[in-house]
Amino acid sequence: MIQHLLSLGSIFGELSLLAVGGGNTVLPEMQRQVVSVHHWMSGADFAALFALAQASPGPNMLVATLIGWRVAGLAGAIVATLGLIVPSSVLSYAVGDLWTRWRDRPWRRRVQAGISPVTVGLIMAAAILLSEATSRSASDVAVTLAVAVVATTTRFNPLWLLAAAAVLGAFGIV
Amino acid sequence: MNAAAPERGAASRAAPPTCGALFTGFFSIGISGFGGVLPWARRMIVEQRAWLTGAEFTDLLALSQFLPGGNIINLAVVLGARFRGWRGSLAALAGLLSAPLVIVSILGAIYGRFQHDPVVARTIAAVAAAASGLILSMVLKIARPLLGDPRAIAVAALACAGLVFAHLPLLLTMAVTVPLGLLLARPK
Repeated sequence: MIQHLLSLGSIFGELSLLAVGGGNTVLPEMQRQVVSVHHWMSGADFAALFALAQASPGPNMLVATLIGWRVAGLAGAIVATLGLIVPSSVLSYAVGDLWTRWRDRPWRRRVQAGISPVTVGLIMAAAILLSEATSRSASDVAVTLAVAVVATTTRFNPLWLLAAAAVLGAFGIV
Repeated sequence: MNAAAPERGAASRAAPPTCGALFTGFFSIGISGFGGVLPWARRMIVEQRAWLTGAEFTDLLALSQFLPGGNIINLAVVLGARFRGWRGSLAALAGLLSAPLVIVSILGAIYGRFQHDPVVARTIAAVAAAASGLILSMVLKIARPLLGDPRAIAVAALACAGLVFAHLPLLLTMAVTVPLGLLLARPK
């Protein structure tokens, strides 16, 4: 139990500081740690927990809470959530003022321009790995592609797309 | 929820928000932001409460995206600190996260209890497939600015391949691609 809590704390603490460009960039590493390294759950379970976090309001990084809960109950949920939030928040707190002072330094734009392709690549990896885990039948693939197209070309609230998929799934249509 | 007020300038802003106001403001973001909280954050901070001007919000957003961690979480920390120091950060964070944590825990508990029920399993599988679609769509949107910049595309492809095909740890992948990105960057 203590061992699990220590692992959760160190995994999510590290992910917190590596999540450049937001929480989705660390999904592949989270999946690798949780599924392949620690064997806490299957890839499909991981995808299901991610879906629950997506279907909840607020930051989608709360998938950490669900993973922690699954691994070590309430204590696990608390450790994983704090692990993901505290390190990056302390950093944000520390540099928030500096940022305003550095507003016009040229390197700031260079850093932003240099990091953004990495962010795109990491989120692309997250999309591929998650799609792999959720594509268990041809109809799953169809749902994924349809949602990708609709979400890209329209301005529907994403919640409606998740709700539509839930209805189709519940009635056994997909 | 109030109708959106027209954007006001810095001059008309009143005293900085209290910790209580930071809590309730971010609470409203936490409960409304399904699948993407940032538009809601702008609505509350700029349009409804006029805590920041549009330009100030954009600068704060750039910082939140630049720093590691969840964008909206960083935004809450920095804005809370700007107005009320560490207490403000804690108030904004607590407001942002309290309701979503309760809701996600309830959903998790329901799923844990009924995941072997075939209807629940089918429903969650369909929602999970849709969630993959949302992430795919996000990739399509954020990759668009890279088109026409072969160096940036190469860095993105390398980062993606490192994780997907080589199964490298994230730290290693970033240790290679971040310096490469900085080296090849062409700031606009």
